[in-house]
Amino acid sequence: MAGSIEERIALGREGIATAAELAQPLAGRLHEWIITVDHKRLGLMYIGGGLFYFMVAGLQASTIRLQLAVPNAGIVSPQVFNRLLTLHGTAMVFLVGMPILIGFFNYLVPLMIGARDLAFPRLNSFGYWLWFFGALLLYFSYIGGGGLQGMGSAPAVGWFAYAPLTETPFSRGNSTDYWILSIFLTSVGSTATAINLITTAFTMRCPGMTLNKMPVLVWLAVVDAGLMLVALPPLSAAQVMLLLDRYMGAHFFDTQAGGSALLWQHFFWIFGHPEVYVLVIPAFAFASEIIPVFSRKVIFGYEVMVAASCAIGFISLGVWAHHMFSVGMTPAGNAFFVTSTMLVGIPTGIKIFNWLATMWGGRIRLRVPMLFSIAFLFQFLISGLTGIMLAVAPFDWQLTDTYFVVAHFHYVLIGAILFMIFAAVYYWFPKATGKMLDERLGQFHFWLFFFGFHMTFDTLHLAGLAGMPRRIYTYQPGRGFEELNLIASIGVILQGLGVITLVYNVIRSLAAGKSAGRDPWDAWTLEWSTTSPPPEYNFPEVPTVHSRRPLWDLKHPADPDWRYE
Amino acid sequence: MSSAGEFRIGAITHGIDAPPPIADPWVLPSRGRAGMIALIITDSTFFLIFVAAYVFYIGKSLTPPYPREVLSYPILNTICLLSSSLTIVVAARALHQGAIRRFAVWWFFTLALGVEFLIGTGREWHRLIYQAGLTLRTNLFGTTYYSLVGLHALHVTIGASAIALVMGLTWSGAVTQKHAERIEVLSWYWHFVDAVWVVVFVTVYVISTR
Repeated sequence: MAGSIEERIALGREGIATAAELAQPLAGRLHEWIITVDHKRLGLMYIGGGLFYFMVAGLQASTIRLQLAVPNAGIVSPQVFNRLLTLHGTAMVFLVGMPILIGFFNYLVPLMIGARDLAFPRLNSFGYWLWFFGALLLYFSYIGGGGLQGMGSAPAVGWFAYAPLTETPFSRGNSTDYWILSIFLTSVGSTATAINLITTAFTMRCPGMTLNKMPVLVWLAVVDAGLMLVALPPLSAAQVMLLLDRYMGAHFFDTQAGGSALLWQHFFWIFGHPEVYVLVIPAFAFASEIIPVFSRKVIFGYEVMVAASCAIGFISLGVWAHHMFSVGMTPAGNAFFVTSTMLVGIPTGIKIFNWLATMWGGRIRLRVPMLFSIAFLFQFLISGLTGIMLAVAPFDWQLTDTYFVVAHFHYVLIGAILFMIFAAVYYWFPKATGKMLDERLGQFHFWLFFFGFHMTFDTLHLAGLAGMPRRIYTYQPGRGFEELNLIASIGVILQGLGVITLVYNVIRSLAAGKSAGRDPWDAWTLEWSTTSPPPEYNFPEVPTVHSRRPLWDLKHPADPDWRYE
Repeated sequence: MSSAGEFRIGAITHGIDAPPPIADPWVLPSRGRAGMIALIITDSTFFLIFVAAYVFYIGKSLTPPYPREVLSYPILNTICLLSSSLTIVVAARALHQGAIRRFAVWWFFTLALGVEFLIGTGREWHRLIYQAGLTLRTNLFGTTYYSLVGLHALHVTIGASAIALVMGLTWSGAVTQKHAERIEVLSWYWHFVDAVWVVVFVTVYVISTR
């Protein structure tokens, strides 16, 4: 095997481990992963960690659905149910959504702008390990949550941890403290990564890549990181206040001393609503790369797409209290938040039409990433429409805290975000590993998950309209909830089978998958110009670009894109 | 497939007309500055929430002491902190011009002014705790006052520690003209801490004592 970097580049094998490297003992190779500052390794560690907690929190969700499948089921006690619910929600946002999406940006942003790493590689590693140990703390609460008083276990205060339930008199032991510290650490880590991503996009682009030639994914990473910068600190600040309340006798949310429980709600949702966009903007980013490649057309309305993303980012900072219509705000407050929430629909609609226009007249290839993307378009539209329904304050008064809301936000989180995460996994797996995922197994995964998802969450809309409250651990027969809940729970089985198919597909493809080559999808952005997997330094020579699709220019020298931009 | 290195070659040899030229040299903003701007934005939001909590709870304390009874304008502290923003600019300019000795002198002034501010805050807290009987647990004013002013003081402490570190490095001869940009980035953080003090001063010492 050739040794020097030059020889390996000449053979096109710079990303592949040499025999000498493989001969290292396992401990040595693990050690390399722990000390690494390489954005690709950290990206994969984020995604891998996120997928692990996806299984854990998914099993917790399955237990919840098992408990609710039939009336008066006795699978879990009310206390255990509340812990499952809290950990499922908290973990899916902070231990699954955030790390997977940050992981993809970590991996892709430097590759797409022709850089060799993020701007601050060590800060990146710091952020990862903050996330890693923060995530451990959340689940360690099952062991340590009792504290000295021996009361409590995992946190049972819901993912938005409303005060004053989280204050010391109502939340004994250390369970709530684990919730606070875990989320505080992961948020600080995410903020560090957001600083890193923004700085990278503005200061590390390869020659020729002006801001209006950046891939849409990188633009959306900038918007996403910008949102993280201003959305995560409010939660961290409120958590510091809560810790001061719990340990130093402060009164921020102590209603007996004049403190306001409502203030926590405001602070939480000032974080919480932009957080939804922090999670969904990466889904937009994946769609904006995958849909053009599988439609064989350049993305429709690049500038408008970027502008709409920025608009979504700005507007999403001013809509938080639509989570709080039922607390009794003034009519003016209600009117403001109804209007601002509906305004988000405009730039979002622009994006949906732009993706459709990208597909219009294209030669669509229905490979697995595209299947997930098309399902995303429909499901995201529906979740947006139910969102606009819930934005109407009187409608929200009727349906808040019912399963209609649960179904609505799971349509966003699963129907839009998770579907696009799956699409991204199928699309970039060949780049990260050098192996293709199996197409037939991928199709199985898609259809199982697609039908399972609709069985569960379409029916839960109806359960909500029928008046089923959320967060109940069981219900009585004869209220019209039974059939709907049973169907919803059966859907979980299909979704679980889909995920198992994906896991099997990943393991099988890693062992014996088809070799991917540099550019299996005939794509146009820079990450496909280097080997699969890319070498540690990404590009042997820093590339130079002249258009938004540098690989198109390379493949079609007679008709390059820069003539039309 | 060809390697990434062939982009330029491909465009030149096969292109029918040449692509528009790329700016040469290709210059982008510095990492340090961009990173510091992002850090300041995110830290501002953190402060904003504490300021919001303070303003929200003005006049809502159930028991005394109230702000107007116990707070007085920290004039000396304010003058010191704000003028440290000037001395740090003078120091950064001196380093930019390569005048290390002048840099060291003004840098030392900056550090001294920052430390004076911390001492002043300590004296104010001592008076509030032992004479006015105001602690974090006393009432909502105590809760919000100590957390907001304390958060700011924490930032001053971090900034002063960084400045002290640079001071030590300067004495050991490690700081040279080529570090001018890093010093400037550090000075941005210091300006930010000063600007936050203006907000804290207005909300805590002016508005809430009305």
